[in-house]
Amino acid sequence: MTIKQLSIFVENKSGSLARIIDILAANEIDLRALSISETQDFGILRLIVNDTFKAAQVLRNENCVVSITDVYAIAVPDQPGGLAKVLRLLADAQVSVEYTYAFISNNRDYAYIAIRTAEKDVQTAKNIFMTNGTKVISEDDLLNL
Amino acid sequence: MKKKYWQEEIETASLEAISALQSERLVATVKRVYENVPMYRQRMDEAGVKPEDIKSIKDITKLPFTTKQDLRDTYPYGMFAVPMNEVVELHASSGTTGKQVVVGYTKNDLHVWGEICARALVAAGGDENDFVHVSYGYGLFTGGFGVHYGAEQIGATAIPVSAGQTKRQVTILEDFGSTILCCTPSYAMTIAEAVEQAGIDASKLPLKAGIFGAEPWTEEMREYIEDKLKIKAYDIYGLTEVMGPGVSFTCEHQCGMHVNEDHFIIEVLDPETFEPVADGTIGEIVFTCITKEAFPVIRYRTKDLGYITHEKCKCGRTFARMSKILGRTDDMLIIRGVNVFPSQIETVLLEQGYAPNYLLIVDRVNNSDTLEVQVEVAAEIFSDITSALTSYEKKLQLAIRELLGIQAKVTLVAPNSIPRFEGKAKRVIDNRKLHD
Ligand SMILES: [Zn+2]
Repeated sequence: MTIKQLSIFVENKSGSLARIIDILAANEIDLRALSISETQDFGILRLIVNDTFKAAQVLRNENCVVSITDVYAIAVPDQPGGLAKVLRLLADAQVSVEYTYAFISNNRDYAYIAIRTAEKDVQTAKNIFMTNGTKVISEDDLLNL
Repeated sequence: MKKKYWQEEIETASLEAISALQSERLVATVKRVYENVPMYRQRMDEAGVKPEDIKSIKDITKLPFTTKQDLRDTYPYGMFAVPMNEVVELHASSGTTGKQVVVGYTKNDLHVWGEICARALVAAGGDENDFVHVSYGYGLFTGGFGVHYGAEQIGATAIPVSAGQTKRQVTILEDFGSTILCCTPSYAMTIAEAVEQAGIDASKLPLKAGIFGAEPWTEEMREYIEDKLKIKAYDIYGLTEVMGPGVSFTCEHQCGMHVNEDHFIIEVLDPETFEPVADGTIGEIVFTCITKEAFPVIRYRTKDLGYITHEKCKCGRTFARMSKILGRTDDMLIIRGVNVFPSQIETVLLEQGYAPNYLLIVDRVNNSDTLEVQVEVAAEIFSDITSALTSYEKKLQLAIRELLGIQAKVTLVAPNSIPRFEGKAKRVIDNRKLHD
């Protein structure tokens, strides 16, 4: 039920991010979602792409540090309170959410959210999504967004 | 039967016998340099010491020191103790700061150099069946020549690959069947990485041992190299001014480097008072050549810090053992009044599972010294969660503070962003000088 996310170490130097995006573009990788988490010294670039394994390989060949992480991607109704409801359910079940970020699509009725929970909470989160009818996006769904 | 020592008689001689031999050779050397090297004559005259005052090794402390500056001031041939027509080879130390030092060797000197390197090769398990892959530079720098001559003496096959062209090094390791690798430890790491990147299973290579030297390295670096290349790694030590690599070497017990005391006298002195210190106490290492003909240095101050022991080694050798070089008297960084050696930081990095590719950046902000440690993020520690990575930085910072008592800023940088070195690694950028 999860989808694959690429996480890439980015130095806090001008041109570091552009270099990575250039490598992906040169290898015809399409970006579906992009988010960056930064500290004073470095950033972690998180990407959802059309071909995760190829992207990881081309980046590693260019000496990038890359990991592949399973995250949930959910579709929430694009209206006030849509995301809040899901996050509240997770919080009530004491699921720790490491990070979330939104990504866009052509569908105007839904907003898409990537959610990374702590390892131990992956199953709990899944149960919550299923019992509450939250729409969880699969890798196949992603291709058609 | 396989030889355990190259020259058993001298390598396992009694301390009294070694000391007697040293005394005899020191007396002869002092007499010879007094007669043939104007600078030594002048220095001894100034100190009021006559050659006949030197009767045994105990009198060595009466002799004046020789410094690198003395060797530069007499550039190029002022310190040679034989006529130039007896000199068969010249080398020079790196001239990165100021004038270089030119050293010469007679035919016999080259034989001795090969002999002491032969001892190191045999101690590393070498014999006539070995292929000795020499990746020290072949040039003016003494680098590769000593082990090359040593390989010849034991009847092994020397492969003079020289430094550089790392991919080619890997091809030669594989195709020529090198069994003993000789280079700097940092280059050994570069080669180890290249072997891994080429997808070669190191345990399938015929390589069994490495003899590494010409720059300081740590136990952890040894473990790293041994693990990556699946070999046993040995130390070799030496300075161009004294002879070149081979002055001392480790045996299979890897418990200090045996000093070839029949050719060199080692002293360890307090870096400030220049008084001898007891065995086990860290001080500046000082060498006197007692068999060298062309370029014998007397009480040469190496600026290397280390200690010695005279306890008999498990291998049976009785030569004094010197520690690894723990730092340079002039590499020593003084940060907020604390003495810091790059090798100490390296130890912490390796203990925490980082590859020893790092850079220390020292600066002064608001009249206070700052230390930044840049270290490459390894795939093994990388995480998609920011706090997990910053906790690595904090952990390292804490370990450095525990060891040195100073606060350092730790910065994770991209893999391969810190330059790799084919020769001696440059680990420190001291920006404080810019402000002075
Ligand atoms: Zn030994």
